[in-house]
Amino acid sequence: MTLKLGVPSKGRLMDKTFAWFDRRGIALSRSGSDREYAGTVDGIEGLSLMLLSAGEIPRELAAGRIHLGVTGTDLVRERLPLWEDQVEAVAELGFGHADLILAVPAAWVDVDTLDDLDAVAAAFRARHGFRLRVATKYHRLVREFLTSGGVADFALVDSQGATEGTVKNETAEAIADITSTGETLRANHLKVLSDGLILQSQATLWRSRVAPCDDARKRRLAAFLERIAEAV
Amino acid sequence: MPGRAETLARAAALRARFEAAGAAVVETAILQPAELLLDLYGENIRGRAYVTSDALRGEQMLRPDFTVPVVQMHMAHGAEPARYTYCGEVFRRQEHDPERASEYVQVGYEVFDRANPAAAEAEVFALIAEALEGLNLRAATGDIGILMAAVEGLQTTDRRKAALKRHIWHPRRFRALLERFAGRTPVPPARAALLAAADPLAGAAPMIGLRGRDEIEARISALREDAGAPPISERELSALGTLLAVRETAPFALERLRDVAVDLPRIGPAIARLQARLAALAARGVDVDALDFEASYGRTSMEYYDGFVFGFFAEGRPDLPPIATGGRYDALTRRLGRGAEIPAVGGVLRPGLMLTLEEAAP
Repeated sequence: MTLKLGVPSKGRLMDKTFAWFDRRGIALSRSGSDREYAGTVDGIEGLSLMLLSAGEIPRELAAGRIHLGVTGTDLVRERLPLWEDQVEAVAELGFGHADLILAVPAAWVDVDTLDDLDAVAAAFRARHGFRLRVATKYHRLVREFLTSGGVADFALVDSQGATEGTVKNETAEAIADITSTGETLRANHLKVLSDGLILQSQATLWRSRVAPCDDARKRRLAAFLERIAEAV
Repeated sequence: MPGRAETLARAAALRARFEAAGAAVVETAILQPAELLLDLYGENIRGRAYVTSDALRGEQMLRPDFTVPVVQMHMAHGAEPARYTYCGEVFRRQEHDPERASEYVQVGYEVFDRANPAAAEAEVFALIAEALEGLNLRAATGDIGILMAAVEGLQTTDRRKAALKRHIWHPRRFRALLERFAGRTPVPPARAALLAAADPLAGAAPMIGLRGRDEIEARISALREDAGAPPISERELSALGTLLAVRETAPFALERLRDVAVDLPRIGPAIARLQARLAALAARGVDVDALDFEASYGRTSMEYYDGFVFGFFAEGRPDLPPIATGGRYDALTRRLGRGAEIPAVGGVLRPGLMLTLEEAAP
């Protein structure tokens, strides 16, 4: 029986993941045409490659349908409430860096911290009759971050894309999104709160704690982990 | 684990017991409009309740409790005074503890009565205590009203009091605000720079979004005003600290609170209400000399209670949530009453947990 490794099925994340494994003597490649989501593995015994959407990899790891998977910390933490019980980080891959941050209009000169945001949220609700809206796709992480930061009177609005534009469009007052350089934020006249870093994310190799492992698989996993550890 | 049929049978028996005590049986829908619950509890309710939706009615929640729909029903067309009882499932989304039930049966008893608040509180507590007899539970009691009165009576600005009252249910944030208003926390550099600037909005980025320039200016002037306000005194701060730490049997707690009232005289009427409640509980046969009172009880989880609060716990089973909880929620009737209001107190118990404890008993 083979160990199943899930890797993002397209784009730079796939290419960089392939390169990372390549440096460790494990050659991953997509088999057949560009449209086919099957892969081949050379350079190590008993590992099979599954090309999946990066967003589905946390779920597959938690369900134990794959033994290993590459995806961002942000997606694991957002999608798996009990992530520490379900998966273990094997290695940070050193690319795909992105910070999940909370940002407000740069014109809000009176707002620098969560503490300010909470006070503004109270005044905003009194003035406008509804809660201050935060646009994001990371509902769980943002809700827990704001709650533990003592912010009351906020409402999350779902935004699956172009989140930085929601403030100007008046569908939200603040945003929480992934940023790598901050340029998009500046271009949209937004600023990050000084204590507004919710999570630092990067592409990470995870091991499922729940995927079934017989003795043969355990040996293969040990060999795989050794190979990962000795390289570079 | 008790079976579902067994739990429902126990629930029906408990409801019959409350009916015999004079309550009318009521039913509420399982699907509740999400908007109202979101408005009352804020975004956090999404983490605790199941939200669903359809294209016609929009977002709905699986009933996370009965109190809100029962209050709504009473405020819409209830006669006074009123006593209600109900039983059925409530649904709580669990994201952190897989051991906690996401669906369980509650039985409740709610009293809407203007005549004698202390007697109504004692009635609810005593009825629930009697229903739990034999399970050897520890009762915890508290009173959010005393804390609110203490904040209301502080010698400080209304704005600070409003900020503190808004966070009574968030102890960590409450403490941080208190430290700041008492001048114990240094002013953050960004705030200091803002206050020092002649025209803080000079050179600011373009105004975008719904929050306007006037709102930003209003907050800056509020911050300037606050910076000029004297700190909350050490005397009041330490009295508030003593108050929050009161954790004694009721008669001793009453003594401690009277001491605190020397520095926070505005809690006097709330203490008188506590005293009247203890007398009413004693008249109902509750052993008040052995009853625990914690001034901070109910601050973390019971957001709509604003006076008397209580819970019953199985002492040898820290893994179990409280078997019964309840309290006074006058402010909730005001929020849902569209101008009307009525003193209200109630409690719920969990027959499933009662059966679990009985099964485990030797």
